[in-house]
Amino acid sequence: MRARLISALGLAALLYGGGASAQQITIGVTMGTTGPGASLGINYKNAFQLMPNAVGGVPVKYIILEDGSDPTAAAKNARQLVVEDHVDALMGAVSVPSTTQVALIANETKTPLIALSPVALPPQDLGWVFIVPQPVPLMMGAVVDDMKTRSIKTVGYIGFSDSWGDLVLKALKQNADPAGITIVDEERYARADTGVTGQIVKILVANPDAVVVGGSGTGGALPQIALRERGFKGPIYHNHGTVNREFIKVGGAPAEGAIAPTGPLIVAEELPDSHPVKAVAVDFDRRYEALFGAGSRNAFAGYSYDGFLLLQAAIPSALAKGKPGTPEFRAALRDALESGRSVIGTHGVYTQTATDHLGLDGRAVVLAVVDHGNWRLLKK
Amino acid sequence: MNLDIALWLSQDAITNGAVYALLAIALVLVYTVTRIIFVPQGEFISFAALSLASLQAGEVPGTVYLLIVGGVLVVVTDSLSLPRVVALQRLPGCLIRHMTLPLAAGGIAWCSAARPGNLWLQIVTTLVIVTPLGPIVYRLAFQPVANASVLVLLIVAVAVHYVLTGMGLVFFGGEGLRSQPYSSLSFKLGVLNVTAQSLLIVFASITLMAALWFVFERTLYGKALHATAINRVGAQLIGVSPSLSGRLSFTLAAFIAAVSGLLIAPITTVYYDTGFLISLKGFVGATVGGMVSYPMAAVGSLMVGFLEAGSSFWWSAFKDSIVFTLIVPVLLWRSFAAPHSKRDEGQ
Repeated sequence: MRARLISALGLAALLYGGGASAQQITIGVTMGTTGPGASLGINYKNAFQLMPNAVGGVPVKYIILEDGSDPTAAAKNARQLVVEDHVDALMGAVSVPSTTQVALIANETKTPLIALSPVALPPQDLGWVFIVPQPVPLMMGAVVDDMKTRSIKTVGYIGFSDSWGDLVLKALKQNADPAGITIVDEERYARADTGVTGQIVKILVANPDAVVVGGSGTGGALPQIALRERGFKGPIYHNHGTVNREFIKVGGAPAEGAIAPTGPLIVAEELPDSHPVKAVAVDFDRRYEALFGAGSRNAFAGYSYDGFLLLQAAIPSALAKGKPGTPEFRAALRDALESGRSVIGTHGVYTQTATDHLGLDGRAVVLAVVDHGNWRLLKK
Repeated sequence: MNLDIALWLSQDAITNGAVYALLAIALVLVYTVTRIIFVPQGEFISFAALSLASLQAGEVPGTVYLLIVGGVLVVVTDSLSLPRVVALQRLPGCLIRHMTLPLAAGGIAWCSAARPGNLWLQIVTTLVIVTPLGPIVYRLAFQPVANASVLVLLIVAVAVHYVLTGMGLVFFGGEGLRSQPYSSLSFKLGVLNVTAQSLLIVFASITLMAALWFVFERTLYGKALHATAINRVGAQLIGVSPSLSGRLSFTLAAFIAAVSGLLIAPITTVYYDTGFLISLKGFVGATVGGMVSYPMAAVGSLMVGFLEAGSSFWWSAFKDSIVFTLIVPVLLWRSFAAPHSKRDEGQ
């Protein structure tokens, strides 16, 4: 309905204004705030309320469509945004499968895509796709580094029985093998399970020094609680998908001491002043929490916002080369995005080049620990 | 695998199996009386668990508003089905009948949210909110199509499931909640660490089954339900109203689902869509009894519990696949063992 109205307005502008004076940048977003990705999607979408309505003096319009966390619907939305709304850039989506579908359409229609979750495409196929979130191996690398300082030799793994569980396990192995850390047991569970007793018993039998949990959000609490209740004393590591306040609320006392890698914005105030991201992250947290309540900061809203910052940095030079709504502008926007300039976001410093569409480094990871009911920076 | 582990897994299996058994029995109850596969049962579980958790957080759960709006819709549908003069005459009675409970539940919820420490009040409040949703759902979604084929009823049930899941997301958000434990007591039994929580689940489950048996065998309403289950047309001929038995079976099923939700709320993280998977496991248990036999449904559910505990130890990556694959041999066995009768096709 809304999309149709907007495209009708666009048509009217084309007819009457001839497009001459009506310069406007359109950003199309597909997001799943319902369905299985809802808990992340709502946060992703919230951040759009913080984004300004103009960049470089040119008004920016955001068209946000709902895809119900369904990859097919995300693809349909993306095509509609490109074909009917002539968007200058796409943003989305809530999960790896959805974002991958959108990425295929972005490449096909030559529209820059700011991917808000990882994409299951090899680096050479990321032509028009720029990825915001930290790659999982970067995050798990920080976890393995911490294991090394604690002389941990054996690790048990329990993760979701889905692609997220696979991704985290793969990234863990990739980092653990060179460090001489062995994964002694691999277990799986589902978000909706009523218990993980069987898996936890098996892990305890294998007797690892530490356990890594490949869940996300409050889903990470189930193994955490079960491990502590069954008397596991070693450190329990999570991943960046688990870092939110709901995890602590659900986990209660057994969640104390849980360690997870995350973007700097979660613990922005505690960062040393020399950290390059601190100023941007503190500012974002303050504005986000003013709108959505104290403690509402989360990584996903940060990804949306960083995606906007990337576009904001690229738009001025693209405007010099073409008019928004034209293929020339989109091509110029892509060139500007991969021009290798450093953009400071809430999660890290992005330096995206023609060969590297991720562009994050170790500055994009900190380890956080649950301390007295809050995520705090883990002191080395 | 040694004896200790076997005991631990068995304890887990019995605890989960007891919950599945309750749900399986509710599914059988609804199916035999109304021919409806009660797909939205899972939402009642989630609603109960999440309402309890919201009350403990000092908030009035959104399900209260759903209940009140549902009550209003029932009054409107009832009135519209009558000629205007009659409807106006009966309106006060209709309002009292359908709005008293929702409004009272709202009042209790408001009191309960203001006293986050009172556990008993919270439990009662949750039951008072969730149970009346059962008959409301029956009145609004199923009663108008009560005589349709089993397939149509199943499609309506799936639709209701999606509507209620969406509402759960609106009321409670996408992240999961966990309520406070009823009791942190536990004691050693050999190598086992038996928690009061798991004993409570088994105890509640057995008590409810006994109570259901009593209702069916010893009360007039229970016998009416039983009669409808055996022969719908016959029951109608001796004066059992089909809409009454429908509402009654949905009330009981919603109550059972609410109790199950209350039982699992402190032992796991419940999401707005968690209930569906749990009730699906109850459904697997119920198919073992061919959707008609209560004792077999309970046995089947225990079997699901053991299968789940075992597979989560040995092949956790395939746990759900293993549990749901159980349905294939069971269906094969049932279709070979039992001759196909006309009644199964739903008159």
